[in-house]
Formats: sequence, C-alpha cells, structure tokens
Amino acid sequence: MKWEINDGSPIYIQLAETIKLAIVSGEWKSGEKVKSVRDLAIEAEVNPNTMQKALALLEQQGLLITNRTIGREVTDDTKLIATTRKTFATTNIEVFLSKMEILGYDTNKIRIGLEEIIEEENTNE
Amino acid sequence: MNEMMQNIDINNAPLLKVEKLTKIYTHFEALSSIDLTFEKGKIIGLLGPNGSGKTTLMKIIAGLLTPTYGSIQVCGMSISKETKALVSYLPDKSYLNDYMKVYELVQFFQDFYADFDRARAEQMLGNLHIDQNQKLKHLSKGTQEKVQLILVMSRNARLYVLDEPIGGVDPASRDYILDTIIKNYNPESTVIISTHLISDIEKVLDQVVFIKYGKIVLNDDVDNIREEHNQSIDALFREVFKC
Repeated sequence: MKWEINDGSPIYIQLAETIKLAIVSGEWKSGEKVKSVRDLAIEAEVNPNTMQKALALLEQQGLLITNRTIGREVTDDTKLIATTRKTFATTNIEVFLSKMEILGYDTNKIRIGLEEIIEEENTNE
Repeated sequence: MNEMMQNIDINNAPLLKVEKLTKIYTHFEALSSIDLTFEKGKIIGLLGPNGSGKTTLMKIIAGLLTPTYGSIQVCGMSISKETKALVSYLPDKSYLNDYMKVYELVQFFQDFYADFDRARAEQMLGNLHIDQNQKLKHLSKGTQEKVQLILVMSRNARLYVLDEPIGGVDPASRDYILDTIIKNYNPESTVIISTHLISDIEKVLDQVVFIKYGKIVLNDDVDNIREEHNQSIDALFREVFKC
C-alpha cells in the first residue's frame, strides 16, 4: 500500500482514505489485526498523533473496531465494507464525470470514449 | 517529599511556556515579545526564513542565551541546570570536537547526561553501520549530522530542541532523520524542529509556529491549518513569507 500526502486537505483525512482503500480492496482483510499506531506512523512517515486521528476517524465510521482484549482490527461487517466500496466507486466516477465535463464531453461522448478504451484493453489482454 | 512535590509539578506544567520573551542584540531586536505554550507529546515545527529569530529562541530554551525581557519556563521551572537536564539540544553548528572518535563521543554523552541511553545510541549507530572507531571529522557531512542527531535523540529528555536537523543533507539522510524523530516519539516529551525546508517535514509535525522578524505570525495544528486554508503548510509558508 502506498502512503501519499499531496494536496492541501488535512493529512489525517488523506491517511484515512488510504487505509479505507486498503480495506475495500481487501489488502487489509476483514477481521484482521491492525498494526500499532507507531508502526503505521513509521511506515507512512507521519506524526503518530495524526495517524491516531486517522484511525479514530475510521473507528467512528465502523471500519475499524477496537477490542479491549485483542486490540484494533478491521471490521468483520462485510456489508459495511461493500457499501464503503460502492461509495468509493461513486465518488471516483463523479470526479471523473466533472473532469470530462470541463473537457466538454457530454454523456454520449464519454460513453463512446469509455467503450473504446475498454475494448482496446480487452484486445490487449 | 519535596522531591515528589517537584516531580508532580514537572509532569503537569506545560513543557514550555514563554511570555513576552524579547531578545535585543546591540542594534537588533531578534525576538519581540513572544508568547508560546507547548504541551507534551507533540512534534512542533518552528518555521521561518533565515534571520527570523529561530536559532535565538532555541538557544534561550537550551539556556545558552539569556533573554533581554520576558519569562521562559521549561516544565514549570525557570532556566537553570534543572531545566538543562530536561532539554536535549541539537545546535545548528556542531559543538562536538571532530577529532574525537564516535565511541568517545558516546562516552562523552554518557558522562555528561544522566538520561543518556547508551544502548539506544549504539543500536542506532549499528543500524547505520557507522564504525565507532572512526573520528567524527573522517565521516561524511551527512553521517556527521546523523551521529549528532543520534546522540541528542538518545537522551530521555522532555524537550528536544533541534535546530535545522535536515539542512544540508541528501534526501536519503533526511528520510533517516525524520524516521528517527518519529521512532523516538514519546507521549511524555515534545520535539521542536526548526527548518525552512517545510514540504519535507510537514507530515511529521503536529503543530507549526511561523516566525517572522522575531514575531509569531501563526501558531496552530497542521491539520487545522490545512482544514482552514485548504492548502499545505508549505504553500501557506510561501504566501506568508513572500519576498
């Protein structure tokens, strides 16, 4: 997983997004134990308090669960993970659509463009 | 009993409290009535262009300069040998004798500071494959800076004051230095780092203080600033300090 801090939005939100992506893509498996704040902070090269804040946000959203005996783990609520994946996809599509709009593409042009690229990729495979 | 009372105070007082702190050199006001309070468990960036007063402030915290006016307290105590025992200071220019060998420097720190953790220092030196029989002056500039940082970070201090720890080192060394600072993070202590290389360091910081012509122009949490201005600290810095 790649930790990247780029734009001007708060760092803890960017970290939370990276982890969220790891959860919905299955890189962080449902029910699996999460590394310590310290180790994650070292891995991402960020302030441990900022990493703590990112994890707290994901706990609020229910994607991470803190268990008093086991510690922090990824939720085993697969339904929640599926909904999160769906939201993630929708957001990305919306971003894509608004960019295409700036380029002057209407829905028809976008559809044709998409089909062309998908077809190309299929023949390459 | 007395000692216990003092310990309680040390633990509860802010790590650093500065009020109306002013430093006037013969014809120049380096710091103008600065107020600051730093709590424990933070990594704080002291950011400003050259000549803004960063080094002066750090030297006052370390007890190497006395302020002209104002007050400064470390863990609730005025600057004294007691506060010097709690402050681990990395100066912008080396004060170590560079003809000394690395193991002699380690011994020097152990003799000098009761809170020095020799095992931690030796482990970090070992991780970098630094030969302790080498004289400091025979090491590359980047390695010299790493050795000094390792010595300073191997003290179990309450306040680490690092003056330009990443200035003039290559990107790999810079990553190592930032890594070392994160790895040594302790919720009971605070690290103050001065720098003008902000983009490299901002994700390591909790809080930043912008200092300009000896005055504080901004003092806030990194993510508060990003939330409020919707830009990175680096971008905001360029705006505030535009020439």
